Amino acid sequence: MAPSTSSGVTLNINGEKYTLSVDHRTTLLDALRERLDLTGTKKGCDQGQCGACTVLLDGRRVVSCLQFAVAAEGREITTIEGVADGDRLHPVQQAFLDLDGYQCGYCTPGQICSAVAMLQEHAAGWPSAVTEDVRPEAGPPPLTTDEIRERMSGNLCRCAAYVSIVDAVAKAATPLEGEAVA
Amino acid sequence: MTTTTAETTVTRGSVGTPHTRVEGPEKVTGTARYAGDIPYADLAYGWLVLSTVARGRIRSVEAEPVLRMPGVLGVLHHGNAPHLESDYVGLLGVRPDPASVVFQHDRVPHAGWPVALVVAETSEQAREAAETLVVHYEEEPHDVAFHAGHPAAYAYDAPHAPAEATKGDVEAELGASALVVDEEYSTPEEHHNPMEPHAATARWDGGRLEVVDSNQGSMWVANELARLFSLDPSSVRVRSEHVGGGFGCKGVRAHQVSAVMAATVLQRPVRVVLTRRQMFSLVGYRSPTTQRVRLGADADGRLRALEHLSLNPTSTVFEFVEPGASVARVMYDADAHHTVNRLVPLDVPTPTWMRAPGEAPGSFALESALDELAEKSGIDPIALRVRNEPRIGPLSGLPFSSRNLLACFQEGARRFGWADRDPRPGLRRDGRWLLGTGTAGAFFPSGAAPSTAAVTAQADGTFTVRITAADIGTGARTALCLVAADALQVAPDRVRVRIGDSDFGQAFIAGGSMGTRSWSWAVTAAARDLRERLALDGDIPPEGITARSDTAEAIGALAAKERHSFGAQFAEVAVDVTTGEVRVRRMLGIFAAGRIVNPLTARSQLVGGMTWGISMALHEEAIRDAASGGLVGADFAGYHIATHADVPTIEADWVDDTDPDDPVGIKGVGEIGIVGAAAAIANAVWHATGVRHRSLPIRPDRVLLAGTGASGA
Repeated sequence: MAPSTSSGVTLNINGEKYTLSVDHRTTLLDALRERLDLTGTKKGCDQGQCGACTVLLDGRRVVSCLQFAVAAEGREITTIEGVADGDRLHPVQQAFLDLDGYQCGYCTPGQICSAVAMLQEHAAGWPSAVTEDVRPEAGPPPLTTDEIRERMSGNLCRCAAYVSIVDAVAKAATPLEGEAVA
Repeated sequence: MTTTTAETTVTRGSVGTPHTRVEGPEKVTGTARYAGDIPYADLAYGWLVLSTVARGRIRSVEAEPVLRMPGVLGVLHHGNAPHLESDYVGLLGVRPDPASVVFQHDRVPHAGWPVALVVAETSEQAREAAETLVVHYEEEPHDVAFHAGHPAAYAYDAPHAPAEATKGDVEAELGASALVVDEEYSTPEEHHNPMEPHAATARWDGGRLEVVDSNQGSMWVANELARLFSLDPSSVRVRSEHVGGGFGCKGVRAHQVSAVMAATVLQRPVRVVLTRRQMFSLVGYRSPTTQRVRLGADADGRLRALEHLSLNPTSTVFEFVEPGASVARVMYDADAHHTVNRLVPLDVPTPTWMRAPGEAPGSFALESALDELAEKSGIDPIALRVRNEPRIGPLSGLPFSSRNLLACFQEGARRFGWADRDPRPGLRRDGRWLLGTGTAGAFFPSGAAPSTAAVTAQADGTFTVRITAADIGTGARTALCLVAADALQVAPDRVRVRIGDSDFGQAFIAGGSMGTRSWSWAVTAAARDLRERLALDGDIPPEGITARSDTAEAIGALAAKERHSFGAQFAEVAVDVTTGEVRVRRMLGIFAAGRIVNPLTARSQLVGGMTWGISMALHEEAIRDAASGGLVGADFAGYHIATHADVPTIEADWVDDTDPDDPVGIKGVGEIGIVGAAAAIANAVWHATGVRHRSLPIRPDRVLLAGTGASGA
């Protein structure tokens, strides 16, 4: 018997369960876009270099073009479609809208997912390459523009909306400051 | 029926006030559908196969084994493809790029030439089959090595840029000059790389060809597809609602043409999406340049001689000139003035327009040379430009519609703190960093092209604008909403703007910084007409009242003038000469770019262009391998573009520069942001280190090799 080239999986996306049969070669990105009509997640390079396909996997940001769909079973997947609270935009989304943190909008879902996770990483005290005091007990460093730029550098924007994106992330971070980290 | 016209008259106009993008909520929630996002029943997936040789013939395409693979529906190649008609000149006055006229012959003129399309039920099946497809070639020797002095170079007259423009005797004036700058500059091959790869879905629906695409002009693409496939233009509809960036590369490309071909042969919807790697050889790019600038000046800095020669490679199948030498024809006058754009055909893909074609590389050379003359003369770089400010077109003799370059320098110098600058290089330190500042001038042509628009008054008191515009991230949709609102004298929330559909009629493309100006003109004309009709009779029937416009006559009646936007660029850099790292610490650009429709989005475009200047100055460089004829590292790991950590605080602002000959006062802001930006950075690197960098990008190895203080780089 020929080996099977597809499997049934159940994916937990934005709090909903989707059961489908996927080709083993199918990336999480392609499963979202081509099979589940969750096309908010974008394909910019399909090789993990641009960040446009960033989603959250168990709360951490990943590039979904480098994840196989079959390997995402049992994980909590959050895509751009699941970032807002119903009709209420997430503060990061609202800040992108208000401060024009985009132009063509194609990298935007990835930038926003990345920013949402990045703010949580920062709040949890994770250092970055530009963090001066990296001792575990130092706690989160000040969220300077340099920190934001460094932490967001995996997300390319060819329209070059970087200045506004950094402003938007900084603005969105302000109400989050002081909140308990989940 | 509802009477709506007289009730609302907003006192304050919308144009000139900041507005968030009308499609913004869709873009931040992921609900904006781009070309590759729209679901189709029975969709098949096409995957292009590109040549692995740089020159030769296809001996055979071994389709049979691939056709037996799971899900494979067909393999299109030169042996079985339908005929395409390519002997025409398109709406933009140029012939189609031969790489887009797919599968018509066995010749391979460059690496990455499309040789086949594999179509399958799923993208995974199509991709595997495409990678499995064996193509045999008869390889021939190729030449991809571009350099100054290539024997095959020749002067090339482009449709709107004559190869050569000259007045006076350059050699005589150089001989009589107290100061002479004579230097060569080079810029590398650069690629647009919009974040959204080219994507098109084609299907036949009731005898009509429907293409959902990502492009810079749906009427343009529809018209060319009709020509290529010998169809009645009215039987082709192209839509492109959201476009993930363009920058000049989203025209008629192999993806649409091969998708239409496959949809026609298979009689089902076919989607073709380019991979990032394929984009590096299929969608055009900015060709590299070598440029020579000779300046001769009196001791007081007044130019006696200005010569700018530019050379770029093109493919062997299409003549595309990157007219870097044309910049001087607008920027500076001299007693003797000589500019020539030349081409050399090589076995490389065909280059195309990329954000500020000609102006971006040309301004790097010319504005660097001006800085070198400032250094030699001991005159401040801004004062030198003031001294050489022309009152009329240096070669045309035509008046400028407006020329506010000096106002830009004045305002920029004030805000940047230029007056405090010590002109001497290599003096400022911040720890391991050497610091410097630089400036450069900028211009970009301001044009408008004929367009049509329709504006409809609905019975519910709202209005709908229909125009085949494209919003490739420019904010055009929002700008047109504001423009229409003002022309209708209503609040913008009563106006809906529909774009990106060739059924809306002829309109210019998003290109040449002409889109928003051209479309606004048409929208204003239709909206004013509609308002007048409504004023006569306020009753609106259920189907609404529609007014239409065509701006061809009005634009044709414009007097001949030098019509341009101008700008002044300022940059501060830090250079670590022990690692070779260059960091831009801040940038300021002040522009005279017509009336600004939406300050929020216009600023984004200008800052985006300036960021492209950082990227051009420090990062971008496609390396062509002489042995294979292909690119080394054709991806985002091998081809660096600026990312967050490279981009500091950048400010863009503008001086009043309303164009009196435009109904809205617009000039255009899409491209001028990049012009001069790389020169300002390079001039700042000189100021920091005392070393001129005349080859872009200013890579760490170049900085290390050049060191400090020595002359030349």
